[in-house]
Amino acid sequence: MENYVYIALFAPLVSSLFAALFAQKPKIQLVGIVTSVLIIVSLLASLTLLLHIEETGKAVSVTLMDWIQAGDMDIKFGFTVDQVTAVMMSVVTLVSSVVHVYSNYYMESDRSFNRFFSYLSAFVFSMMILVMSDNFLGLFIGWEGVGVCSWLLIGFWYDKKDVTRDINPSISPSWAANEAFIMNRIADLGMLVGIFMIYWNLGTLKYSEVFAHLDTLSHGMLVGIGIALFIGAMGKSAQFPLHTWLADAMEGPTPVSALIHAATMVTAGVYLVIRANPLYSQIPEVGYFIAVLGTFVAIFAASMALVNRDLKRVIAYSTLSQLGYMFAAAGLGAYWVALFHLAAHAFFKALLFVGAGNVMHAMHDELDMFKMGGLKKQMKWTFLYMGVASLALSGIYPFAGFFSKDTILEAAFNEHTYGIWFVLWFTAGLTAFYSFRQVFMVFFGDERYHELGVHPHEAKPYALWAMAPLAVLALIFGFFKEDFVEFVTKFLPAYEMSEHTEHMVWILTIVTTAIALTGIIIAYFKYSKGLKRNLEFEKKNKVYNLLINQYYIPILYEKTFSKPYKELSEIAWKEIDMEIVDAGVDGIAKAVKVMGDESRKMQNGNLSSYLKWMVAGFIIVTVVSLLTVVIK
Amino acid sequence: MTIGLSHYLILSAILFSVGLAGVLRRKNLLMLFFATEIMLNAANIAFAAISVHIGDLSGQMFALFIIAIAASEVAVGLGLLILIYKKYGTLDLDNLSIMKG
Repeated sequence: MENYVYIALFAPLVSSLFAALFAQKPKIQLVGIVTSVLIIVSLLASLTLLLHIEETGKAVSVTLMDWIQAGDMDIKFGFTVDQVTAVMMSVVTLVSSVVHVYSNYYMESDRSFNRFFSYLSAFVFSMMILVMSDNFLGLFIGWEGVGVCSWLLIGFWYDKKDVTRDINPSISPSWAANEAFIMNRIADLGMLVGIFMIYWNLGTLKYSEVFAHLDTLSHGMLVGIGIALFIGAMGKSAQFPLHTWLADAMEGPTPVSALIHAATMVTAGVYLVIRANPLYSQIPEVGYFIAVLGTFVAIFAASMALVNRDLKRVIAYSTLSQLGYMFAAAGLGAYWVALFHLAAHAFFKALLFVGAGNVMHAMHDELDMFKMGGLKKQMKWTFLYMGVASLALSGIYPFAGFFSKDTILEAAFNEHTYGIWFVLWFTAGLTAFYSFRQVFMVFFGDERYHELGVHPHEAKPYALWAMAPLAVLALIFGFFKEDFVEFVTKFLPAYEMSEHTEHMVWILTIVTTAIALTGIIIAYFKYSKGLKRNLEFEKKNKVYNLLINQYYIPILYEKTFSKPYKELSEIAWKEIDMEIVDAGVDGIAKAVKVMGDESRKMQNGNLSSYLKWMVAGFIIVTVVSLLTVVIK
Repeated sequence: MTIGLSHYLILSAILFSVGLAGVLRRKNLLMLFFATEIMLNAANIAFAAISVHIGDLSGQMFALFIIAIAASEVAVGLGLLILIYKKYGTLDLDNLSIMKG
C-alpha cells in the first residue's frame, strides 16, 4: 500500500515537472494529455487507498526520510493516510482530474498552455502534501505550497492591465494575486505561531503524538494554540475579516477558480479544524466562536452574492458562504458533517465553476449576467450541469447539498444554538435565491447577448464529458451519507443527534426545503423574463449599494491599511533608505573612488619618482618597526 | 687605532647613503645602475664584516651570492639599457614616462 501513497503523492509532481520542461514553448497538446493522465493515475491510487482503508480500517503510514534533525528536534517527512485524508485525497484528485481534462478545452488557445498545466499540477502536489502529511510542519509546507500555486495561477495572465469594467472595480490579475498572497501571509503568521506553541510545549509536531499529549497542557495554552491555528485557517478559507481576496481571485482562469478557489485550497482551513478535532473538542468556547464566525460569514457572503452581476463573483461569494457553513459545523463539533459538506460542496461547486467557464467561453469572456440570457437554447448541456449544481447548492432533494446542508442545520439545532440555526436556515433561502437568480439570468429570458454581437456555442463534447463525473456525484453523493458516516467516524468523533432532534428532523427538513424553494420561486419571478437593469434603483437604493460595494470593506481596507502602509513605505524609501542606507553605501564607494583618483597621480610613469615613493615607504616601515621595538 | 666592526659598518652606511642619494637624485638610467651597485656592495661589506665578527661563514656566503647575482643583473640590465637607448635615443628617466596611470 505504501507504493500507492507514493504514486498518489508524486504523480502530480512528475506531471508538473514534465509540463515545466515545455513552459516557455508554444502549446503542445501532449503536455495537456500527459498531465491529465498523471493526475488520473493519482486519482486511481487515492481511490485504491480509500478502498483499502475502508476494508482494513487502519491508516497507512509511511516515512519518506528524516527531514529536520537538530538537537532534540527530530521531524520526519512522513505521510499518513487515514479516513479523513483518504476522503480529502479522493476529493482533491477527482476534482483535479476533471479540471485538468477540462483545462485542455478551456485553455486551448492560450499561449501559455504548457505553463498553465505545470502550475496546476504543482498545486495538486502541494495540496496532496497538505492533506497527507502526518505532522504540522509538513502541513505547513503544503499550506505554503498551495499559497504559492494560487498566487501563480491567479496572476496567470500577469500581463493583463487593469481593465475598468462597469461591474467590478478595476483589478488586474497580478494585483489580485498579490492581494491573495499577502492576506494569506498575515494569516500564516498566526498559524506559524500556533505551530511554534505546539512544539514549544510538546516537543513534537506529529499529529498522533501532539493529540495524545494535549491533556498535559493548561486550558489557556490550548485556547491559544486553537486560536492561532484557526487564524491560519481563516486566511486560507477566506473567513471574515480576511475574505476580500477570494472574490478578487476570480481574475484567474476559470478552471483555477473551480479547483483552487472552490473545491480544494479554500477548504484547507476546514480540513485543519477537522484534523485538529481533538484540540478543538477540548476548547468548546473557541469552537463556538468558529461556529459563530462561520455563520456570520455564511450570511454575510450570501448577501453580497444577491446583487452581484459578475457571473464568477456570485459563485465566489457562494463558496465563501458555504465555507461558513462548514466552519459552523466544525465549530459545533460535528466534524464529519463538516467533512461531508466539504466533499459534497467540492463536487457541485467545481461543476458550477466549470459550467461558468463554458458560459464565459461562449460569451467571449463577458461576465456581466445582465448581458447574457436565453443561453439554454445554445448550451443545453451546460444549462443542465449548472442547473444540477445549483439545485445541489440550494439543497433540494435528492441532490448532494440537500443531505449535507440539512445535516449542518440539524447539528445547529441539536446543539440548541437556535440563533446559528436560524441564520443558517435563512442563508439557505438566500443561497437558493442567488443560485437560481444566476441560472435564470444566464439561461432564461431574452437573448440580451445580441447587443454584444457574440454567437454563443456549446463547449466541446470532451469538455462536457469531463464534467459528467462531477454532475453525477452532485446528484448521487448524498445517498452515500450512511456509508460516509460509518467510514469517517472510525477516525473522527461520532456525532449523534439527540432524540429530540430526531423527532424534529422531518419538520426541519420541510422548513429548510420550503425556504430554499421560496428562494427559487422568487428568483424565477424576478429574473426569468423581461429582465432590465434598473439604473435608478442601483443609484438610489442604499442597501443595494452597500451590498454591491461589498459593505465598503475593500475601500475601508484600502484607506486604513493599504494607503497608510504605502505612505509609510514612501517615508521608509525616501527618508530612511535613500537618505541613510543608500547614502551610507554611496559614501563608502565615493570615498574609495576619491582616494583612488588621488593616489592615481602617484603613477606618473616616471621611474625616478617611483623610487622616491619606494624609499619613503621603506623609511616609514623601518621607523614603525623600530618604534615598536623601542616601545616594547 | 685598530679598525673594528663599527668602522666597517659606518663605511657600509656611508656607501649605502651615497647609493641611495644616487638612486633618488640621478635621472640617467645608467647612473641609477651604478647607484644600485654601490648599495649592493654596501650591503656586502656589512655582511662580510659581521660574518667575521661573529665567526659565522654564512654572511660571507651571502656576500658572494650577492656579487654573483649583481653581476648577472648588470649583464641583463645593461642589455636592456642598450635596447632602450636604441629605441628612444635617450636614457633620461623624465623622458621615459610612457607607463602613466
